[in-house]
Amino acid sequence: MNCLHCSKNAVITLQHGGLCKNHFLSYFEQKVFHTINKYQLIQRNDKLCIATSGGKDSLTVLHLTKKYLEKNNIPATNLFALAIDEGIADYREHTLIDLQKFCSEQNVQLKIVSFQDELGKPLDEAYPIINKDTQKKPCNVCGVWRRYLLNKHAAKMGATKVVTGHNLDDEAQVIIMNIFKANTKLAGRMGPISGIEESEHFIQRVKPLYFCAEKEVRLYALLKNFQVQFTECPYAKEGFRHHVQEMLNNFEQQYHGTKQSIINSFLELLPLAKEKEKGLSEEIKRCQHCGEAANKEVCNACLMKEMIARG
Amino acid sequence: MNITVLNEREHTTQDVTLTGKTLIDLLKQLKINPEVVIVVRNNEVITEDEILNDNDTIELLSVVSGG
Repeated sequence: MNCLHCSKNAVITLQHGGLCKNHFLSYFEQKVFHTINKYQLIQRNDKLCIATSGGKDSLTVLHLTKKYLEKNNIPATNLFALAIDEGIADYREHTLIDLQKFCSEQNVQLKIVSFQDELGKPLDEAYPIINKDTQKKPCNVCGVWRRYLLNKHAAKMGATKVVTGHNLDDEAQVIIMNIFKANTKLAGRMGPISGIEESEHFIQRVKPLYFCAEKEVRLYALLKNFQVQFTECPYAKEGFRHHVQEMLNNFEQQYHGTKQSIINSFLELLPLAKEKEKGLSEEIKRCQHCGEAANKEVCNACLMKEMIARG
Repeated sequence: MNITVLNEREHTTQDVTLTGKTLIDLLKQLKINPEVVIVVRNNEVITEDEILNDNDTIELLSVVSGG
């Protein structure tokens, strides 16, 4: 198949036709920059914390956010990278090596914080203890602690926004997961900018890759020669998300455009969900132990930390 | 025709006797959803309609990664 715009061989087939390497790279970057502009994800005076892991999504969003700042004459010193080392053997250590190299080449400041240092144990050791009392799956534990540490350290470093590498597939999966689990009250917090409204407790999260399919992100990282090893969290297949992911990929193969349609439908409903949530939001308190945001006296991260201390 | 398939996710190398002609024929034969792979031949990314040749070596890169 030839590129829609020139006679070169296509590297991807999109709904409207094939694109060669150069036209794909240009299409992808324009899509990301358009998302940033349309949803006003970045303001000139923002200090940006890029949530990174060393995987394809975070390296791509880091590279393109930096490129966006340079293109708009915003100092790249307004940006730093933050990584969370969960302590998952034979997984995270590989991606962190790639990340350190990438940040050094791109001249980006990188901070790494670990579950071990912050919460007393790596996930591999913490999860069985917490699971014993709560039946929580590793992804539940990891999710609570990752969000907690990202918010805490981004704030500590003066960030006004956290930029994440969530892509179109991630978002379509969460929309379907929330519907399947009747978690519709979470819907208002989703979208290209997280949260119902700006809050002193939470740093807003923005998603420049919101409209980029996972396949497009992997292709972009490959064509840009980003060093990304194939790594998969050993716990991923235990999660509900894995089943939804497979289901959506099967649907996409049979009915092209399914994931994009899920996102488009959701964005139509998002203003209503945000409006509804505004009236229902519980008061956000400060955790009595750590001072971070909590909807109870003690936040979930500290509750889990206590379970680990008890053993 | 004979095709050698390197699978990044499975860490495997497999020799396949392809009954069809194109990459999509190969993926169907291997029961792999094209949504979850990027395919490389001779360091070039190829699309599903590409006609394969006898003794080609094909690399399947996994789109899905992370946690």
